[in-house]
Amino acid sequence: MSRSRPGPLDYLARWPLRAWMVATTVFLYSPLLTLMVFSFNNSRRNIVWRGFTLDYYAQVLGDDSLIQAFINSLTIALISTLFSVLLGAATALLLWRFRFPFKAGLEGGLALPIVVPEICMGVALLVFFTKVLPWPTNMVWPFNLGVIIIAHISFSFSFVASVVRARLASFNREQEEAARDLGASEWRTLIDVILPHMRPGLVAGGLLAFTLSLDDFVITFFTSGPDTTTFPVKVYSMIRFSVTPEVNAASTLLIVITVALTAIALRLQGSDGAAATAPH
Amino acid sequence: MTKPAQSIITFENVTKRYGKVIAVDNVSFSISEGEFFALLGPSGCGKTTLLRMVAGFENPDEGRILIDGKDVTDTPPNRRPVNMVFQSYAVFPHMSVRDNVAYGLTVEGVGKAERLRRAEEALALVKLDGYGERKPDQLSGGQRQRVALARALVKRPRVLLLDEPLSALDAKLREQMRFELTQLQEKVGVTFLIVTHDQDEALAMASRCAVMNRGVLQQVGAPSDLYEFPNSRFVADFIGQVNMFEGILSRDDPDRAEITCAELTTPVFLDHGVTGAAGSTLWIAIRPEKIELKGRKDGEAKPIMEDAPEGANVEPGFIRHISYLGSESVYEVDLTSGRRIKALRSNLTRWDQEDFQVDQPVWLAWHACSPAVLLS
Repeated sequence: MSRSRPGPLDYLARWPLRAWMVATTVFLYSPLLTLMVFSFNNSRRNIVWRGFTLDYYAQVLGDDSLIQAFINSLTIALISTLFSVLLGAATALLLWRFRFPFKAGLEGGLALPIVVPEICMGVALLVFFTKVLPWPTNMVWPFNLGVIIIAHISFSFSFVASVVRARLASFNREQEEAARDLGASEWRTLIDVILPHMRPGLVAGGLLAFTLSLDDFVITFFTSGPDTTTFPVKVYSMIRFSVTPEVNAASTLLIVITVALTAIALRLQGSDGAAATAPH
Repeated sequence: MTKPAQSIITFENVTKRYGKVIAVDNVSFSISEGEFFALLGPSGCGKTTLLRMVAGFENPDEGRILIDGKDVTDTPPNRRPVNMVFQSYAVFPHMSVRDNVAYGLTVEGVGKAERLRRAEEALALVKLDGYGERKPDQLSGGQRQRVALARALVKRPRVLLLDEPLSALDAKLREQMRFELTQLQEKVGVTFLIVTHDQDEALAMASRCAVMNRGVLQQVGAPSDLYEFPNSRFVADFIGQVNMFEGILSRDDPDRAEITCAELTTPVFLDHGVTGAAGSTLWIAIRPEKIELKGRKDGEAKPIMEDAPEGANVEPGFIRHISYLGSESVYEVDLTSGRRIKALRSNLTRWDQEDFQVDQPVWLAWHACSPAVLLS
């Protein structure tokens, strides 16, 4: 049997495309793999492979300041995600549902935290929290994280708003009218019909906000204090002394946790997201 | 069948503007209890706006709307005794079919047992028994429409509103749904108010229609009234096919009238008087099926129509095109003035379609009562 043109899947059997695939995979994953592999390296200097050990994981788990930084990061990420989703969803609803003066301005302004360089945001927030809204120091945990949480909400809620707004654009307004027609109040319609439609957007936006907060370095660096170190900031300070496998081990743990959380969230969304995205 | 003549929806001088555009222009009429009423017109004529004003999604700028004699102009949509089947069906995708149908009752606070019983009842009514557990994305378009119907009917509305209900269905299913909708309406006895741009649909289903054009109500009447006695050129043209001629009222007696048309060789003779000043311009409309075709030989005298003076209501012409449609054939005929008109002939026997050929000379004849006289 002779074939003149390969089918779409046959292209993978040709060497240039295979090479392309390999190259993509290598560039994507080799840095991460290296990081993970060298977290098991039995060498303080961590330049040459000297054998397998779990010592550095033990060290990481025994390092109180690192654990505290990690707990801080998770706390900040959870709280800021919660508020970002609430605020972002409300903003998206506002922009989608109503017409008001300066709406275009608000819509454009929403994109500012996305396009403004992070370093500028960091400096701006630093100035804001020293001059405009001085956050009282020496507060108990987790209230001492307030500054960082507010900083994180201020940039991640606009991401949530954009994602949810995009989702709302596909909403069939007749569904809202149908609910009203069947006797539902505006509030009830929001809960019963509009929110279920928004849900995939809320989950996606929440994931985005969570990961953005968890690995944010620049803005956090400007807004964190001595007692409020987050994980990325802590890792940075560790690297200043030397790149030990301890850093690798800590980073590996972070990667595993982030991937696991994302997978769980996507799984939750997938179980009934199919119906929510069905055509009307 | 006797119908109580009580009016269930009344439009009183209803006007709706969008900026400078007048969507609905001073419309007044009423719909009686138990009617299958169709709002008919081309797209953008204001029929959907009118329907949405009954549902409460739009508010009239002027005038008022009464349901059961009660002014509902300021009543929000969730407090009106009407329910709607939307053009997109608007079935809630995240709810099962049963939850969709029961939604209106849930919101109302009806108890669970009662709710489920009524939902099953409504599903049986639209022949969807056993589909309660399914999600809308597991249904076909026609089935989703039935869900929308059941969801609206389960609330036992005073009036069921239907917005272009058949437009998204394929031709075969559309035929079937027409029939089912009329059956359903007879069964539940609820007043139906349907919006459509499809005149066949309206004529086939409705007991009464309102024809609208550019926001203005043109005519309200039974389908046969609209077809046989249109009150304007727009209605005559919009409902069915028509041959229209402009003419001048040249003679007007109580029992007879004559209209001289530039495109016809003899004045059109009518066996009834016309309300119009002599010499005024008006139009006559003759439906294609009301024009009779007769073979014509060269130099032959005009045949005489028994209900018209000699020579009147008969025109010579040549067949230019024939469309054979099975049950009938449409003949396009050029008159001596060059005007092309359509005549429709039923194929009563299997040989009828062979009676006339293209380019054959023919006589076109019609009865004195057939042309509709239009003043506007």
